[in-house]
Amino acid sequence: MNDRLSLANTPIFLYNPAVDAVTLLQQLINGVSLGSLYALIAIGYTMVYGILRLINFAHGDLLMVAAYAAVMGVGLFAWPWPVAFGLAIGLTGLLGVLLERGAYRPLRRAPRLSLLISAIAASFLLENLALVLAGGRPQPFPVPPALAGVLPWGGLFIPRLSLIIPAITAALLGLLFLIVYRTRAGRAMRAIAKDLETVSLLGIDVNRIIALTFLLGSLLAGAGGLLWAMKYPQVNPFMGILPGLKAFIAAVLGGIGNLAGAVLGGLILGLLEVLIVALAPSWAGYRDALAFALLIVILLLRPTGILGEMVGEEKL
Amino acid sequence: MKRNFWLNLGAVALLALFIWAAGRWADEYQVRLLNNLAVFITLAVAYNLINGVCGQLHLGPNAFITLGAYTAALLTLTPAEKALNFLVTPLYWPLSHLTLPFPAALLAGGLAAAACGFLTGFPVLRVRGDYLAIVTLGFGEVVRVLANNLQGLTNGPLGLKGLSPYTTLWWSWGVAAATVAVVVCLVNSSYGRAMQAIREDETAARAMGVNTFRHLLLAYILSAFFFGVGGGLLAHLITTISPSLFTFFLTFNLLIIIVVGGLGSTTGAVLAAAFFTLAGEGLRFVEEPHLLLGLTLPGVPGLRMVILSAALLLVILFFRRGLLGRREFSWEALGLSFFARQKRYET
Repeated sequence: MNDRLSLANTPIFLYNPAVDAVTLLQQLINGVSLGSLYALIAIGYTMVYGILRLINFAHGDLLMVAAYAAVMGVGLFAWPWPVAFGLAIGLTGLLGVLLERGAYRPLRRAPRLSLLISAIAASFLLENLALVLAGGRPQPFPVPPALAGVLPWGGLFIPRLSLIIPAITAALLGLLFLIVYRTRAGRAMRAIAKDLETVSLLGIDVNRIIALTFLLGSLLAGAGGLLWAMKYPQVNPFMGILPGLKAFIAAVLGGIGNLAGAVLGGLILGLLEVLIVALAPSWAGYRDALAFALLIVILLLRPTGILGEMVGEEKL
Repeated sequence: MKRNFWLNLGAVALLALFIWAAGRWADEYQVRLLNNLAVFITLAVAYNLINGVCGQLHLGPNAFITLGAYTAALLTLTPAEKALNFLVTPLYWPLSHLTLPFPAALLAGGLAAAACGFLTGFPVLRVRGDYLAIVTLGFGEVVRVLANNLQGLTNGPLGLKGLSPYTTLWWSWGVAAATVAVVVCLVNSSYGRAMQAIREDETAARAMGVNTFRHLLLAYILSAFFFGVGGGLLAHLITTISPSLFTFFLTFNLLIIIVVGGLGSTTGAVLAAAFFTLAGEGLRFVEEPHLLLGLTLPGVPGLRMVILSAALLLVILFFRRGLLGRREFSWEALGLSFFARQKRYET
């Protein structure tokens, strides 16, 4: 009895405000895991922005859709989790394409303001549809037992997810870079980012390539949504907003339109957020404001981000 | 010119008569609705100034509304009421003993928001388009985080309770009328024409010698002021405020209003604000249970927002010009230019 009690009282995450090497390493691992999640989501923003010069406000909500789809697949239909997760990601990808088709393509030649408003409206529509269909009560996320748990390692306690998330992110990003830099479709994508009009004159089906871009970005968002839901295992209709906004900021930080920049920005933002809470616990409440303060500083000092190329004033 | 002045004066007198009649005969629910309507007119007209007239997608009105609401509320509460509210962390000293009359508190709320607009205007207006949207959105988020965490100033997530319901029909409609008057005068001045030029083509406007930053800053600060005043009115209408009251939802509602009314049209903003407030009440029925042909249909909570966001999407996709496009109300358009036209024929 005594033994069990003492075991139960052992903190899983060593938390010591006084920073020693072990704590710091622990927090670095947490930061990299959070950062790679931001990177995964930021890629979707940066790809769409690179091509259409549009902040896809509904991108964050795709995270939520993926999480709900997985909850339903596992809970309602009792599918094994790899099937349910795979279908959830696929569904999210399709939804992204549908979104482009329904809400963005008709406005491609309209003023930018209309496109942005359309994106915001689409985002609100998704959130509130989820609210009506699934209810406002947060639902638990079924974390597969194979991915849960904590690995004790030399005084550190590393949640298995903290290792899985960066690994999956790295694998997916490697695949994406292959597609973007080594295939014909990827070359078309990069060409459209440079000049949409000219590319369409060269006989490339611009609509198809843009749809493909949305598909890739949304698939990544779907994967990111599932990983996010496993890291913070609660699903609610508005769970995508904050990760979405922060991932966008990560994309701006790294240089919007630049894939490597999005990864770099995501990692920096994730590390900063985790470290600020670790080093100054009394500031923990301000954590969500950090990203936005960072955004204002970047826009003041270097609007093109760390890896971004200088662009003309009109593009900002 | 003179004729329009008398017509405007007549319209104001008519409005005053209407308010007097409403104050005398309307029931509590109707008064509340009319108050809401007036506050939304104030907010929508101010929002239309920066968003429709200047063409900058500003997504942070909720930040300025929060600032105005908290400033006004902290100034009208009596020291005893403040002590009752701030149980966990006491309020900072000068504020804890300060009480101002309602008009002064409203003005202070507006000025606080305007001052904040001045300070944030420098980083915000350095960028355009999507960046401006996301920075202002982030600003709203920062203000919410601050309101939740600065316990000694805002009482944190608990918010402020027991404000006196100072917002009467006279105050809400008076402020709404004043806002409309100021914005219309500004839009019709050389400043307003410069702002519209910036909306149409910023590079061309700059080439014509328009100082784009200063004009945008003016619109941004002025709208912030009216957001602040509107926030103060809202606070003393609802009488309980907390950080969760002023989320991006509020901004989204304002965005629907000005898009439906027609971006850039003050008249459209006023009409759409009225329409939105009344339709919002009308749409409540979809969230309540109903008896239809012997079947009980359960109400669906949240369906109202689904309908509203779908409506915004449809309007922006298919009727991008909104209700009025960029047309404005004028006495001439109303057909009252009868005499003027006759005169023109004579000469």
